[in-house]
Amino acid sequence: MQTDLKAFLRRHGLLTGFGVFLIGVALSADGFVTPGNIFDVLRQVSITGVMAIGVTFVVITGRLDLSVGSMLTLLTVVAVDQHNVAGPGMAIALTLAAGIGIGMVNGVLVGFVGLNALIVTLAMLSFLQGLVLFYSGGSNVNVQNAQTTWFAVFGRRDLFGVPVPVLIFLMTAIAAAFLLNRTIFGRQVFAVGGNETAARFSGIAARWTVFWAYVLSGLTTAIAAIIMGSRVMGAQNTIGQGYELTVLAGVILGGTSLLGGSGSIWRTVLGITMLGFIQNGLLLLGYPYYVQWLVTWAVIILAVWVDLGAKRGRILA
Amino acid sequence: MTDPILTLSGITKTFPGVVALDKVSFDVRPGEVHALVGENGAGKSTLMKVLAGLYHPDAGEILYQGAPVRIDNPLAAREKGILLIHQELSLSPELSVAENIYLGAWPTNALGVLNKRKLRRDTQAALDALGCTFGPDDRVGTLSVAMQQMVEIARSQAFSANVVIFDEPTASLTDTEKDQLFTTIRALQAQGVGIVYISHKMDEIFELTDRITVLRDGVVQGTVDTKNTDAIAITRMMIGRTLEAYFHKANSTFGDEVLRVDGLSLKGQFEDVSFSVRQGEVLGFYGLVGAGRSEVVETLFGIRTADRGRLHWEGAEMPLPTPRHAIDLGIALVPESRKEQGLVLMMGGQDNTTLPHLNSYARATVMDRRRERATFDTYRDALSIKTTGPEQAVSTLSGGNQQKFVLAKWLCAGPKLIILDEPTRGIDVGSKSAIHELIAKLAEDGLAVIVISSEMPEVLGVSHRVLAMAEGRLVGEFEGDAMTEENLIDAVSHHLAKPAAE
Repeated sequence: MQTDLKAFLRRHGLLTGFGVFLIGVALSADGFVTPGNIFDVLRQVSITGVMAIGVTFVVITGRLDLSVGSMLTLLTVVAVDQHNVAGPGMAIALTLAAGIGIGMVNGVLVGFVGLNALIVTLAMLSFLQGLVLFYSGGSNVNVQNAQTTWFAVFGRRDLFGVPVPVLIFLMTAIAAAFLLNRTIFGRQVFAVGGNETAARFSGIAARWTVFWAYVLSGLTTAIAAIIMGSRVMGAQNTIGQGYELTVLAGVILGGTSLLGGSGSIWRTVLGITMLGFIQNGLLLLGYPYYVQWLVTWAVIILAVWVDLGAKRGRILA
Repeated sequence: MTDPILTLSGITKTFPGVVALDKVSFDVRPGEVHALVGENGAGKSTLMKVLAGLYHPDAGEILYQGAPVRIDNPLAAREKGILLIHQELSLSPELSVAENIYLGAWPTNALGVLNKRKLRRDTQAALDALGCTFGPDDRVGTLSVAMQQMVEIARSQAFSANVVIFDEPTASLTDTEKDQLFTTIRALQAQGVGIVYISHKMDEIFELTDRITVLRDGVVQGTVDTKNTDAIAITRMMIGRTLEAYFHKANSTFGDEVLRVDGLSLKGQFEDVSFSVRQGEVLGFYGLVGAGRSEVVETLFGIRTADRGRLHWEGAEMPLPTPRHAIDLGIALVPESRKEQGLVLMMGGQDNTTLPHLNSYARATVMDRRRERATFDTYRDALSIKTTGPEQAVSTLSGGNQQKFVLAKWLCAGPKLIILDEPTRGIDVGSKSAIHELIAKLAEDGLAVIVISSEMPEVLGVSHRVLAMAEGRLVGEFEGDAMTEENLIDAVSHHLAKPAAE
């Protein structure tokens, strides 16, 4: 019984701890548990959430994608700018294509060339930030016909009383969970992250698996950029700054191991959503905006620590 | 005859399930070079770690300069005058030669400030004594491997070592560097230092050493004077004989040739390997660890790519495969390392079993879990695997049950050729004989089987034909009455005793 409790806390301790914290916030902060606030938080979370779903695939293969923050900036700028130039349909297509293209570059460098994932995607973060400034010439872009375009549906409208971005988040999660848990590709992702050598000895082309995981990460970031562009109807040059770490914090708060081989889409959904409510709760309790950066730090350190402890336990057992 | 400077008597060290050293006795005299030889896993490195204070023996006594001592850690060993020169050097490349030699024992003045003059002076003296050409201020990272090794050896001067242990010191040296090393070792010998020399290379051992001690399976097989023995005798002591066990040899009729290999070569691994295997035949590969056996079969399976050579599959020429291609043809490889190559340890038994054949368990890329479960159930029962269910992570199973899952994952797709690389290493006796039975049954069912083993009774017991390998070459082929331990030992040891002329 006692070992059951230990095992439970080792696996779910962090989520449980933050859950308790949220209950405390709910009891002490006015306006936290209101439909308006909850939907507001969910609208925000849907952007990081969709990104986190793609990043979850990369993390399960035992790798990282830190390029998603400035990728979001670039893709949002592309979506908004192309909306003015080529119209909403073309803008969406181009944004998705650009996201997939960037994912392919990351995937080739990490999967095929075999470079270190942390360095490749950090360098990509810098490169894309530079590309943003080159593309936009340093000025912010705005959708010109913001009041009339159907592009507004992705970030601003509700369907059956639920915000559309939240529905997109949910649909993405359902599709991704199916992909991860039920398909050949999902099994390969777990195998490559769990033991890449054994995966190769089982005839799995590990480099392709890694490649496709990065492509998925690019694709989900493109979807997030469409939501973002539609919601803001514009894009600043720094709109995605810091998102890479918020996303990573959500993924590992959910319990997906940074060491690879284990994780789940629904746990990522839970982790990133909880992180959104924690940051919102802190704001409502009167803490200044910048506190959320500190929370991201704390979540990452704690989650990695707990994960390491669980791994040690497993190795000793 | 002088008294030994260091004597080990009755040293026993056990790890869970293994006796690594069994009542080992061993001594070193001042001014002698004493070789310690044995196969991988014979206990050499455990013994060395005991001497260096990394392991504490469960039983036995260490006498140093005539008095019993306890060596608590490597630093204590160094202070006593016992110095271990590791195979992988343990120097800090960014520090100077002097700083490295005295690492952890830098001379300081009363204020705790590093006394650079004394450090440099002492180092120069140590380097001069060994005839080194580099200086105390050179940065270690800029020196060659051989020079770095000299830096380590120079510690013997700095700490007035009485015993120096070399672990495979020539592994990464050129011939000239090797000659310099030998000169240095002889210089230490002249100073009266006792030297333990661990090596696989017979020519070095016979050139350099005074006595040879052979270890096998943690037991000393004997200590002999070098001048009274030869390489063949030593190799025999290393390989030795183990107790006969009961083996069931497949009673099968041979069919068509499944795989033929012509002149397969991979630089630095193996050279000009040719053989063939037929349906229903069990072909054994015997050789010491490092002979190139695993590398050959990994090449057949596409993990490595050969430089030269041709393969024929069922009579038709086939290109050098990728693992996927090999699996689709019907080649299965049960690899040498179960945990690193065979299984994804955090996955369950079911997912591990179907991993090489995901396409055949999927409809339009969606996994069919019911069929996966059916396969899991079939093989759990057929191989009597003890597991709580399809989801139980294989990391929590015993070695024998893990190995059965590795077998299940290859058998479930019905291969035509199955290659088993050390299939019974590290598993209990019961599972061992179950695997031997299975090998016979597979051959009787018409599969071609290749079994690699370092255990001579095993390879002779299960195979119809045995190939002996040494240093990347096939050195003998034995069939029928010629399949004897004597012949295998002769083939391997004669090859190893030959100086590396080519």
